[in-house]
Amino acid sequence: MYWKILLFVLMVFVSIAGITFPIVDKPSAWYEFPFIPGLGENAKIIFFHVPTAWLTVIAFLMSCIYGFRYLRNKNLNDDVKAYVANQLGIVFCILATVTGAVWAKFAWGAFWSWDPRQTSIFALLLIYGAWFALRSSIESEEKRATLSSVYSIIAFVTVPFFIFIMPRIMTGLHPGSADDETSGPIVNFKMNENMLLIFFISLIAFTILYFWMWYIGYKSILLKEKLQKNY
Amino acid sequence: MLEKSYNIFIKDLKSELRTRYAINSLVMFILVAISVILFSIGNEKIQPELTAGLYWVVIFFSAMSGLSRAFVSEEERGTTLTLHLIASPDTILSGKILFNLTLTFFINVIITFVYAAFFEGFVIKNFVLFLVTFIFGNIGLAVSSTIIASIIAKAGSKGTLYPVLSFPILLPLILSCVQLTIFCFDGTSIDTHFYELAIVVSYDVIMITVSYLLFDFIWKE
Repeated sequence: MYWKILLFVLMVFVSIAGITFPIVDKPSAWYEFPFIPGLGENAKIIFFHVPTAWLTVIAFLMSCIYGFRYLRNKNLNDDVKAYVANQLGIVFCILATVTGAVWAKFAWGAFWSWDPRQTSIFALLLIYGAWFALRSSIESEEKRATLSSVYSIIAFVTVPFFIFIMPRIMTGLHPGSADDETSGPIVNFKMNENMLLIFFISLIAFTILYFWMWYIGYKSILLKEKLQKNY
Repeated sequence: MLEKSYNIFIKDLKSELRTRYAINSLVMFILVAISVILFSIGNEKIQPELTAGLYWVVIFFSAMSGLSRAFVSEEERGTTLTLHLIASPDTILSGKILFNLTLTFFINVIITFVYAAFFEGFVIKNFVLFLVTFIFGNIGLAVSSTIIASIIAKAGSKGTLYPVLSFPILLPLILSCVQLTIFCFDGTSIDTHFYELAIVVSYDVIMITVSYLLFDFIWKE
């Protein structure tokens, strides 16, 4: 119960702080963000856009781990867990794509311009789509669980290429690309401590939210199966 | 094990040469696809960048139409159980990868010849880089297609599902290969584009490892 209150407080704080705190040239007070050349006021999307992209990868990791566990133990509950993780993953993937496109409209002047980052998030959407297409094509439960586990592991090993390697070495518009000089490589954000603090609080809050949603989804599928067995 | 996988490869090659179904249909597919591209280009002069993209589009789709047969034909003819009896999963995967590699190299050499003959932009200025890209690109293409083909065969050989499942898996490879092919047309040296080459090589290594690890589960399903 306490963690739900904590989550509520954190989310409210992040939403208010992320939207209303001012961006100034030389931040002195704790509630002031630094001005990042090339981003300016647009930089604030980092508190909402980056956590969704982060959760997309977390969902991938979870479906890979549970796929692996299913292949070892042949326990169908693990398959259900992977399924729920992927359901949430596709939701957050769409959110990341949409928030990114809206941001791109203001920062780059177009919703979509096949920047390496946009290509990779699009490829992740395709992987999720392919995973659900594969599942819907197989009738038998065990076979479906095995084949989709195998596919999610194969897909997961290609994810580092999309998320971590290609956007870093290719030239593009997204902050953190190879030729980016204004806001610097992703690892070396030009954020000050306040901005980093709120950014990490946002990441933590979104992650707690994700695991809560995932647990509810998992329980609801188990209950549904139980009801179908009884009647 | 090596001898057995070689025997499986020979068996596939013989049954392919008996009917020549895959080879004939793939060569016709290449002709049709490239003539559609040539019709749509007309008298326009297209850029080397676009030529590189079109080259890999044809390679990707010809792989998608031909490479799934390695496993689908076993399921269709009902010979899967016999293979289960005579060889271990690793051996079978090696044999199938060997066969698909041969098929990919054969088909892609033809595609390269046709492109060299009909496309003005297809002038390779850095031949070594092109050769390296071609070899490692084909290895990655053949390996990933083989493992996805085995999934497809178990899922009831759905033809339309094959490109859907393969495309996101092959995308890092194809994007890097398109980039490298553009560099070949520009004539830049290998050293400046080391990263793209490293992506292709590491992709191959990762895919081969994952295929051998996971094929056991698919095959026994």
